[in-house]
Amino acid sequence: MSALRLERFSYTYPGAETPALRDVSLVVEPGEFVVLAGLSASGKSTLIRAGCGLVPHFHGGTASGRVTCVGLDTREHGPGDLARACGTLLQDPETQVVMGTVRAEIAFPLENAGLRAAAVARGVEEAALALGVADLLDRSTRELSGGELQRVALAAALAARPALVLLDEPTSQLDPVAGDELIWLLRRLNEEWGTAVVLAEHRLERCLAHADRAIVLEDGALVCDGPPRAMLEWAADRAPALQTPAARLFAHAGLRPAPAGVKEARATLRAHGLLDGAAGPDGAGSAGDPEAGDAGAPRATGAWRRLTGRGDRIPTALRARGLWHELTAGRAILRGVDLRLRPGERVALMGRNGAGKSTLLRHLAGLQEPTRGRVESAGRVALLLQHPGDYLLHERVADEASSAALAAVGLTGLDERHPRDLSGGQRQRLALAVVLGDGDERPAALLLDEPTRGMDRAAKGDLARRLRAIGAQGTAVLVATHDAEFAAALAERVVLLADGRPIADAPAREVLAGGWHFATETARILGGRPAARPALVAEEGGDLLRARMTVEATP
Amino acid sequence: MGAPRASPLHAARAGATIAYGLSLVAVALAGTHPLVLGTLAVAIALAALRCGVGREVARAARLALVLAALIALVNALVVREGLTVVLRLGGAGPLGEVDVTAEALVSGLLLGGRVVVVVLAFALLAAVVDADALLRLARRASFRSALTAVLALRIVPVLARDARRMDEACRCRSDAAATGTARGRLAVVRALAAGALDRAVDVAATLELRGYAARRPAPRERGEPWSRHDLSVAGAAAGLAALALWVALGDAAAMRSYPRLEIAGGAAPAVLCAAIALVALAPLAARRGIAR
Repeated sequence: MSALRLERFSYTYPGAETPALRDVSLVVEPGEFVVLAGLSASGKSTLIRAGCGLVPHFHGGTASGRVTCVGLDTREHGPGDLARACGTLLQDPETQVVMGTVRAEIAFPLENAGLRAAAVARGVEEAALALGVADLLDRSTRELSGGELQRVALAAALAARPALVLLDEPTSQLDPVAGDELIWLLRRLNEEWGTAVVLAEHRLERCLAHADRAIVLEDGALVCDGPPRAMLEWAADRAPALQTPAARLFAHAGLRPAPAGVKEARATLRAHGLLDGAAGPDGAGSAGDPEAGDAGAPRATGAWRRLTGRGDRIPTALRARGLWHELTAGRAILRGVDLRLRPGERVALMGRNGAGKSTLLRHLAGLQEPTRGRVESAGRVALLLQHPGDYLLHERVADEASSAALAAVGLTGLDERHPRDLSGGQRQRLALAVVLGDGDERPAALLLDEPTRGMDRAAKGDLARRLRAIGAQGTAVLVATHDAEFAAALAERVVLLADGRPIADAPAREVLAGGWHFATETARILGGRPAARPALVAEEGGDLLRARMTVEATP
Repeated sequence: MGAPRASPLHAARAGATIAYGLSLVAVALAGTHPLVLGTLAVAIALAALRCGVGREVARAARLALVLAALIALVNALVVREGLTVVLRLGGAGPLGEVDVTAEALVSGLLLGGRVVVVVLAFALLAAVVDADALLRLARRASFRSALTAVLALRIVPVLARDARRMDEACRCRSDAAATGTARGRLAVVRALAAGALDRAVDVAATLELRGYAARRPAPRERGEPWSRHDLSVAGAAAGLAALALWVALGDAAAMRSYPRLEIAGGAAPAVLCAAIALVALAPLAARRGIAR
């Protein structure tokens, strides 16, 4: 009996004109780890919802064909029946948890299944231990972080030990560390419990190395189904936006086969003699290299410069001077932050969760008053917070922003649409238009907090292009992000924040090439051999590898 | 919803804690003797502090005091009984001649005091009773109603967070001034309501996925063994219920407001109040148990 089987399944949401899934047929065998890839609105979420019975039982609409989940036909069994055979985890951790304590949350599906109290207690213990949430059992769900909430929701989905788990972009709202932990957890469940996993995910570089198989959807149709390497080869020709950075690096260097992960890429390069496990990535020091001393560390403003005021002649769009954010309880979120942005400069603000990135942005935009220090700006400061939907108040796109502002972000022709009907990327652009306003009052600085969450690579590329264009018009751009690839594509300079103060402030190439966590995938792959100019993105890495190959080939 | 197992009231089973809170309310409703009401208020405040929920109960107390003052004022102005006139307000339109009597004033204050005690008791209950345990308790009677109540409790902080975020987003808009107008505020409220509906739909989908719709009844089985906290809190609840009967049927806390104020004095009310305080606070004084 297969874990999941779709036979010529098509589905159209109520009121929609085009089907979300078209004639999809696939089989997932027990114990398989399958990654579901595709651009936004390609049908990934609908397929996950069809597998767990939400489509069509919860959403309504029109369906044809057949879906069988662990032998149960979804035409005859709703999500409640399927819950015992199939665990499901959706995107938003906030709405995935319905009870007050972690223990009650994990017990809830078991109690719904009518199990005896002892069986419920055992199920809770086992699921909590397997998912690493045993120490959270008596905590209130209100106190948990996004990563913890998502792990608890996964524990609840798996408490009944289903044969199949379906996950719809479970890492999209998590920071990279929590996201990676979740993927490792899935791999362990797959290997140790034999649970079949179907994971819809945008960040393929995070999960492809763990997968047995990758399936690609395009406009609701299945267009590729095979092992991860084969899928990457297919994507090189048919869907470049789905290539991982490692695959793009190999494609640019003319190397084959495309690697599914960093480890595989490094092994291939080492076998070709293009990588030797030597020292740091380049001759110059880097922020992430412990041996590199204070390279990349923020330079203290000299007393002479302060006395003469020479430093202040530099044109400044936005400046923080000795910014402190101290809580009443005593802890300091920001500790004397000095930061200056020049007009048109593009800066990435990076750091782990709780480092103070969002707080710094709020101070720079004037949403909060610092306990000490001050913020100076050459004009209006626009801030785009993490949830673009919060900016959208009206029922027509045209009511949210002027036509000039809409045109500036590429939303011409969508005037009559309801903002909630837009795709994630379009909503992001509309929110950008709302904070930017009309062209005649362009802000001195634009600040964005985690703008790439849940975005596919094409949307990220589009956002980076637009932000570069905004920077070119003289607006300074500061982006708080965990996404090293996006930071490399956008920023000229990276500020690394830790415990409320900058620990590195240097050109992007210097910071993102030398780190371990704060590094692009290309930099991590090529990080074994010194280079005069370290490569950050796949295109640069490909050129570097070709140059190395030429040197190797020269007698 | 309280933090789990932070105090004897948190640790006791929900049924026992609810019985304890309702017994406190019963004593307050049984009589309005000022000593009894004062003792109850102090006992509840001490219990709240011992359980680490003083802030929550104090918040409720502030509201209750305003309500109590209003009750006292209205009672003094409206009630025409009592022999001791302390203030003559003369003709007051449809109310006619208004004479404020000491009896009506004290009676109003005691009625307000009773309301304060009842509010404090329920605030204590809300702060220490685990809503999930309550849901488990109500499962057999009306599972769906109880779940709806729990979900409503759960969605409130989520919506409060959404509202805070939307407020910040409004301040970041290039047309931030426009959202300060009545029309702008209406747009914010509408967007928040639409967001709440989205949230509700997502939560409903999660309930489906956890098998709520296809729920099977759990087999009847013996309950969990009673812990020392279960026993002491249930015992206190029984003791308070007995004291409530004593207050209602006996003369120890007898009181008459009109036509002249008559309040029972002597040793009996003092003994009664000491008994109430002792019984109410006894479970909270538990020091037994193993340190590690």
